[in-house]
Amino acid sequence: MLELTEGSLAIADAVRLCRPQVIAAYPITPQTHIVEALADMVANGKLDADYITVESEFSALSACLGASAAGSRTYSATTSQGLALMFEVCFNVAGMRFPIVMSIANRALGAPLSIWNDQQDSISLRDSGWLQFYAEDNQEATDLHYIAFRVAEDNAVLLPAFVCFDGFILSHTYEPVEMLNQADVDKYLPAFAPKERLDAADPISFGMFSTPDYYLEFRYEIDKALKDAKSVIEKAGKEFAQQFGRDYSAMVEGYHLADAETVLVAMGSICGTTKDAIDEMRAEGKKVGLLKIRVFRPFPAQDLAKALSGAKRIAVLDKNISLGSKGALALEIKDALYGSGIPVYDYIIGLGGRDVRKKDIKEVVALAEKGTGDLFYGLKKEVL
Amino acid sequence: MVDKDLELFDCGHRACGGCGAALAARLVLKGAGTNTIVVSSTGCMEVFSTPYPETSWKVPWIHSLFENAAAVASGVVASLKKQGRTEKVVVMAGDGATFDIGMLCISGAFERGHDFTYICYDNEAYMNTGIQRSGATPYDASTTTSPAGSCSFGNKLPKKDMPQILAAHGAPYVATASIAYPMDLMQKVEKAINTPGSCYVQIHAPCCTGWGFEGEQTVAIAKLAIETGLWVNFEMIDGKVAKVKKVVRKPVEEYLKTQKRFRHLFKPKRQDAEIAAIQAIADRNAEKYGIDIKLKKE
Repeated sequence: MLELTEGSLAIADAVRLCRPQVIAAYPITPQTHIVEALADMVANGKLDADYITVESEFSALSACLGASAAGSRTYSATTSQGLALMFEVCFNVAGMRFPIVMSIANRALGAPLSIWNDQQDSISLRDSGWLQFYAEDNQEATDLHYIAFRVAEDNAVLLPAFVCFDGFILSHTYEPVEMLNQADVDKYLPAFAPKERLDAADPISFGMFSTPDYYLEFRYEIDKALKDAKSVIEKAGKEFAQQFGRDYSAMVEGYHLADAETVLVAMGSICGTTKDAIDEMRAEGKKVGLLKIRVFRPFPAQDLAKALSGAKRIAVLDKNISLGSKGALALEIKDALYGSGIPVYDYIIGLGGRDVRKKDIKEVVALAEKGTGDLFYGLKKEVL
Repeated sequence: MVDKDLELFDCGHRACGGCGAALAARLVLKGAGTNTIVVSSTGCMEVFSTPYPETSWKVPWIHSLFENAAAVASGVVASLKKQGRTEKVVVMAGDGATFDIGMLCISGAFERGHDFTYICYDNEAYMNTGIQRSGATPYDASTTTSPAGSCSFGNKLPKKDMPQILAAHGAPYVATASIAYPMDLMQKVEKAINTPGSCYVQIHAPCCTGWGFEGEQTVAIAKLAIETGLWVNFEMIDGKVAKVKKVVRKPVEEYLKTQKRFRHLFKPKRQDAEIAAIQAIADRNAEKYGIDIKLKKE
């Protein structure tokens, strides 16, 4: 059934349907509506979870780690500074292979302080071992939560997952979203049954100290599990499509790609605006397409290289910047296309909530056609 | 009931000979029993007891980070509650993890009253990283970050009063214990884990390497700390002191002289004013907790 609802509330409802047993979260804009809604569900008996009101995001994820280790399906949500405060725990959760799912309402990182959207927060955790899904709209943001739990808890993966969606742009926007019913979700996402947990009946040690004799192998296994997650994501996406009709099995998704000469590559809500801009450019006869990245970790380098093989030039829309280098997406794409000879132009765009409009996308395409790239798009020269 | 013969902390770990913390771990588990889940902080104990792929812990054990054991324990408690499980949760953390870097997580957990027992094995400095001062380091102790020198007598700051801080959080049971008094220690652990809510037990655990004494002296030195009034064994129930170990006090220098960390108070020259300042700390402890046994005049 389609419901007209705020993105955060739709996500909270999807999380409820996933039946988390322990939730620990801390308020931070623009994520707060989600955890408020979940607290309300617990307070009214609509969600049978233990909701821990922690004193910081650092403790939120630490409590989730403990709950997951003891054998509970565990959820949190955060953004920006909160995610930065979790940095140390994020690496730890992945290293210890706990399948916690966390919603990220993407927001810029200070300084200067900004509550508005870009993707610097989750991108900055790209090396931490978490799966990273990016949603274009609220339907996708909602659906990716069911898939994220399913993939994270798969015994071949056992890694935590971020479900990322743009703060305010999606989290605070009302859109029609089709919500699932509990029986169907239960069928898609069975109860969490970890092979190993903290249990007095079968004592094991978690989080031991490693000498140089073993550390390298631990890191290899995490990396392998994250790469192997690709086929699990594809399978989980296919089954979701069979059961619910919406197909998220592809790690990347093309739009007017077949004959496109200039291909924009982007993640998140900017893909919607880009598709509209492409429609208008196509009407003018411009051969422009989009490749949307749905899964950033594991990075689908081969899928991407295949999808972009016919392009004359690539224009990457990066809502992040690896300061002193380039946007993270562009770096990955250059790596994936190495040796192809296809030029990749990077555009740092929309940071800190700067609006990105259709005309901006068109200007980016024009710049790429001129061979001008690797720049911050839309700088106000008068304030520099 | 405490089972003295129960061994849940296995031999073969990598602690120094005479390690007070290793003894504390062994005694704590005797008091806690088999139906226990241990959450450790990063530190000496975590490192010497779990060199992968070996572990000394015969109960389920988890270590995450240096500063988050209380938050991890909160999550474990929440999960067990949701599953209707009966295991008791015990945190084992050093004084650095407790007095300093873990304070935020501890405060949050004790405010929430999560049902676990937080054990701090207090060896009075960051021993794992090489004897740096912590909030638990006593006045005038020389450490690698508070070294005694021509312009310094060592650590200038007083030991932070963690038991009072946690009692002020509303902890129903707060106690101090010492590895020199094992029955008392085990009984306090047993009492703490059977008291609902967040409970705290701070265990004096001398460190031969960090304090500078021979390993066979660990228990004797722990005992001297009690006998001089520089460590007080007490119990607080609902914020009120309920039980105190009384002693016929010895002068503090009998304790200080046994350890290299206080050597600068005696050599090259005896520092009477500093020793008197430490004696005053013991005197204040004695007055505050009423530990002095008054001997009848003959």
